[in-house]
Amino acid sequence: MAEKQSFSGTIMNAITTMEIETIQIVTGALVGIAAGYIGSFMVLRRMALVGDALSHVALPGVALAFTYHFNPFLGAFASLFIGIIFIWLIERKTAISTEALVGFLFTLALAVGLLITPEEDILHALIGDISRVTALDAVIAAILAVGLLFAMQAIYRRFVLSTVSADLARASGIKTALVNLVFLALVAVIVALGIKVIGTLLMGALVIIPAIAARNMTSSLGSYSRLSALIGCVSTVGGILIAGALSLPAGPIVVLVSGLIFGLSFAFKK
Amino acid sequence: MEDSPILEVSGLSVEFDGRVVLENVSFKVYKGEVMAIVGPNGAGKSTIFRALLDLIPYQGKVSWGEKIKIGYVPQKLALERDMPLTVMEFLKLKDSSGSNIHKVLKRVGIHEHIQDIPVGVISGGELQRVLIAWALLGNPNVLLFDEPTSGIDLGGEETIYNLLHKLQGSDELTILLISHDLNVVYQYADNVLCLNKQIVCFGQPNSVLDPKGLAELYGGEAKFFRHDHERNHHHGN
Repeated sequence: MAEKQSFSGTIMNAITTMEIETIQIVTGALVGIAAGYIGSFMVLRRMALVGDALSHVALPGVALAFTYHFNPFLGAFASLFIGIIFIWLIERKTAISTEALVGFLFTLALAVGLLITPEEDILHALIGDISRVTALDAVIAAILAVGLLFAMQAIYRRFVLSTVSADLARASGIKTALVNLVFLALVAVIVALGIKVIGTLLMGALVIIPAIAARNMTSSLGSYSRLSALIGCVSTVGGILIAGALSLPAGPIVVLVSGLIFGLSFAFKK
Repeated sequence: MEDSPILEVSGLSVEFDGRVVLENVSFKVYKGEVMAIVGPNGAGKSTIFRALLDLIPYQGKVSWGEKIKIGYVPQKLALERDMPLTVMEFLKLKDSSGSNIHKVLKRVGIHEHIQDIPVGVISGGELQRVLIAWALLGNPNVLLFDEPTSGIDLGGEETIYNLLHKLQGSDELTILLISHDLNVVYQYADNVLCLNKQIVCFGQPNSVLDPKGLAELYGGEAKFFRHDHERNHHHGN
């Protein structure tokens, strides 16, 4: 009897474990797809560095979430939102060097974030911890990732035209500043989502690397952005599986997998 | 003697950071006309277009006639050579109908095979045609054409100007043309507006573009503009 119970206990355990793994993989896949897709447009707009900087800006919010025990996603999104408004305002004042101010903003945020992050959570905040992902996180990730893809589709025409020629876009009646703000908000959402998977320090990689790998292999915008989404997905899922098998943190492995794909992309360079 | 103008500009002035770029420019354009804008580098030629399109703040008055649809052909696009955006994808940003796109590409003399090539790698002449196709997709009745500054490969069976001339006839287009090539102006323009921050001359090319007028407009640069146009290497604003 006791033996039987322990047997069923093992099975229950296995199912629970499997569920957690499934949750991790589903969350990782969705975040990877959305990050790869949104990232392809960031790289198109030469915003790779802004994306990287933004991911650091999330740290103070994540720190507050750890300290006051609310969902880090909310904290990350709140501080990112302040960050994108700041970047958006700088973009409109071309007299100031955007690059320098973004650099200032992200090191400042990193400094504040490191000071206020509870010590035991610092590594988790910096490189993420997929093992702490809950079913609720997966549901949030699913809704937001799908929402991001639709939102990007909705602004696609206006965004790409603004990138190709601001004059042509504005002559066509497109409010380019508004399009930029909406796009930055989408970037903030995906960065906030990704932080759970690979952390504030590494999230920049998940929006940049799939895009530059895809760019090596494609010559049309449609195939470029779709391939970037696919590479994002393969990187996160592959990274999570490999990290799980080797008992290593997933964040750095995800980055390494995407880096490997980037390296391989040169073999298929168009 | 004619209908009311389709474009009337009066007292147009533009400043950037306190620097006067255009000063008190006034002119009228009538339906079906080709008006060329010429002038030295930094004379404010492209700035006029940007003001007419309401892309920049300005003082003065710009009044377009009723039912005017403007097609704008900029000098160039802000894209890198390796930007993954095909000609077809670019044109679809304006009109999602593939058959409309095929029609305009044919009209501007672009071969079908170019549609799947990235916009960043086609030649300067091809890009001009693609940009004209872009403008035509909106069925404009006014075309603002900003000629590229450097001597581009105009290749193809007909020059861009023959093409514009043909379009003007078939579509009853009114054309405003920024040109760096006086031969083009003599050949195609009904009126020419010589600009150097303010209007230096305005009228029919043969009567206003005499040696004295040119010397006044370009100063020492005048000889540049007498060269064969394919050897023009001056840079624009």
